[in-house]
Amino acid sequence: MAVSHSLYGQIEPAADAGYQDPQPRMGFFTDTSVCIGCKACEVACKEWNGVPDDGLNLLGMSFDNTGQLDANTWRHVAFIEQSRPQLLGLPGSAPPVPASQEGGADVRWLMSSDVCKHCTHAACLDVCPTGALFRTEFGTVVVQEDICNGCGYCIPACPYGVIDQRPGDGRAWKCTLCYDRIGDGLMPACATACPTESIQYGPLDELRERAARRVERLHETGTVEARLYGHDPADGVGGDGAFFLLLDEPEVYGLPPDPVVTTRDLPAMWRRAGVAALTMAAAVAAAFVGRAS
Amino acid sequence: MVPSAEFRSYYGRPVLKAPVWGQAVPAYLFTGGLAAGSALLAAGADLTGRAGLRRAARLTAVGAVGASGFFLISDLGRPERFHHMLRVAKPTSPMSMGTWILTAFGASAGVAAAGELGPWLPGRGPFGLARRSLPGVGRAAGLAAAGFAPALATYTAVLLADTASPSWHEAYPELPFVFAGGALASAAGAALVAAPVGEAGPARRFAVTGAALELAAAHRVETGHGLLSEPYRTGRAGRLLRAAWALTAAGVAGALLGRRNRALSAASGGLLMVASALTRFGIFEGGVASAKDPKYTVLPQRERLDARSEAGLPNHQGNPVTPARQQLADDRVAGHLAGHQQAS
Repeated sequence: MAVSHSLYGQIEPAADAGYQDPQPRMGFFTDTSVCIGCKACEVACKEWNGVPDDGLNLLGMSFDNTGQLDANTWRHVAFIEQSRPQLLGLPGSAPPVPASQEGGADVRWLMSSDVCKHCTHAACLDVCPTGALFRTEFGTVVVQEDICNGCGYCIPACPYGVIDQRPGDGRAWKCTLCYDRIGDGLMPACATACPTESIQYGPLDELRERAARRVERLHETGTVEARLYGHDPADGVGGDGAFFLLLDEPEVYGLPPDPVVTTRDLPAMWRRAGVAALTMAAAVAAAFVGRAS
Repeated sequence: MVPSAEFRSYYGRPVLKAPVWGQAVPAYLFTGGLAAGSALLAAGADLTGRAGLRRAARLTAVGAVGASGFFLISDLGRPERFHHMLRVAKPTSPMSMGTWILTAFGASAGVAAAGELGPWLPGRGPFGLARRSLPGVGRAAGLAAAGFAPALATYTAVLLADTASPSWHEAYPELPFVFAGGALASAAGAALVAAPVGEAGPARRFAVTGAALELAAAHRVETGHGLLSEPYRTGRAGRLLRAAWALTAAGVAGALLGRRNRALSAASGGLLMVASALTRFGIFEGGVASAKDPKYTVLPQRERLDARSEAGLPNHQGNPVTPARQQLADDRVAGHLAGHQQAS
C-alpha cells in the first residue's frame, strides 16, 4: 500500500491511508441530551467484544462506577450532578420544583456515553511502531491484537486518553467501532443497545447534518447551552469519527476542550532534532581538531 | 502568561492517560545517549591515534547499546514480540525510526568493539588473517556507528515530544539539545573513568560543551513554557533536575581540575554519568506528571479556545449561541414562566 500520509488538515482518512475504493466513512453521533445513563452501551460493548471485567468499584462519582475509558472499558457513561439555577429546557421536561427551592438552586444531571473518537488524524495510529493500529476502509482506527507488542506508545499519544494497556495482557486495547459487525452491515453493539438513540451510528456526513439540525432545534427550544464537540473537520484532529452533542463545556465531561494531534508538529520536531544532531557533530569535531592532548 | 488556576474537570480525573512506560525507558534514554556519545568519542580517538581512549569508548558504546536493547525489550507489554518492531519502517512513528537507528547503530558498534579483539588472537592461520584485518574493519564499523550516533542521541527527544503529554510536547524545541548535550557529557564521564588520563583531552572537552548544551537547554525546558514548565520544577522531576544540575557542575569542575589526577578524573566522570542519568529521569518524570494532572491539559487548551472565540474565529463547537438566538431562548423561557404563573 502506497503511503502518502497527511499529518494535518481536512482529509478523507480512508482515502488518505491508501484505499483505492473506500467505504463511506462511518461513525457515531452521541447526543447526550437524550442519554438516560442506563449503561446499556457499556454492557453491550463488553458482551459483544468479550472485554474482561475490571472489578466492582464504588468510586463516589455520582452513578459512575466505571471511571474512565481504558483497555477494558470502550464505552463509558459519565454522570455529572450540577447545582445551578434551574434551566427551563423543553417545556414539561423539568422535574417539579419543591416549594422550598422555588427560584433557588436545582440539580441538573448530565449523562454522556464516551467512546474512542476515531480521529481523522489519529495520533495513536501515527506513532504505532509495529503497524498494529490501522485505518479501516470505513475510516475507523483499529488495533490488531495479533500484531501489538505492548510498546505503549499509543497510550500517551492519544489526545483524549482513550487507548490503554490491559493489565496482565500487556497489549493496547480500545473501541473498534465493532469492525466485525459493521462489515456485515450491522450496527455497533452500543448503538444497537441504546434505548433512546442517544448513540447514533451511520455515515459521518449524514450524522453531521443530523447533529446540526438537532443543536439548532435545541437552541430554538431554549437549551442554549447545547453545542457540538468533535464534529468540525477544521479542528485540531481533523474532526472526530465519533462526535458529541454536549450540554456544558467539554472538560466537564472529562474531554479536552481543544485537542490537537501531536503529530501536527512532527516535521518541526524532526527538524529540531536534526539541528541538535548537527550541533552535536560539530561539538565532536571541535573537541578533536587541532589539539594534541 | 500563566493562565489562572481555575478550571473545570470531571471529578478532578486526568483527561489524558499517562505513559505506562516503567523506569526502563528513562534508563534507556541514558544508555542510548551514552552509547551514541561514546561511539563519537571512539571514532575521533581512532582517527587521532588515541588507542586507549578508542578502546574504552568502543567498549562503553557496545555495553551501553546492549543495555539499551535489554531495557527496551523488557519494557514491552509483550517482550517476546519485540521483533514486530521490524515489520514496518514508519517516519510518522519516532519509535519505528528509533528501532532502525538503534539496530543499525548496534550492529556497527558491535563490529567496532570486536575490532578491539585483535591483540588477543593468535598471529597465524585464519585467526592471523582476522587479526590483521580487524583494525580496518573496526575503523569502518566505528565510523558507521559514529554516523548513526547523532540520530540515536536525539531521536529520543522526538519520541517523548510526539505525545499528548503536555510538558513533553511543548518542550519539543529544546529536548533534542538536552539529550544531545547529555549524550556528550555522559560519554565524557565514562571515558574519564575508563580511559588513560593522558588521552582524555577530547573527553574533557566533550564534558564542557556537552554539559553546557544540556544545562542551557534544560533551563529553557524548566522555565520557558509557562504553566507547562511547572512539572519540571516541582515534585520528583524538580528534585531530580536540581540534583542533576549540581552534579553536572561538580563533574565539569572536577574534569577540568583533574587533568593529571586519575582519581579525580574518574570521580568527576562518575558524577557526569550520574548527572546525565538524573536529567533523563527528571525529564521523563516531568512529562508523566503533566499528563496526570488535568490542569496541564485543560488550562492551555481552554486559554487557546477562549482566545480564538474573542478573536471571532470558529471555536469548533458548532452553532454558537448568537445574541439573536439567546433572545429567542429568553423569550421562550419568559413565555413559559408567564404560562406557569397563569396556571397557578
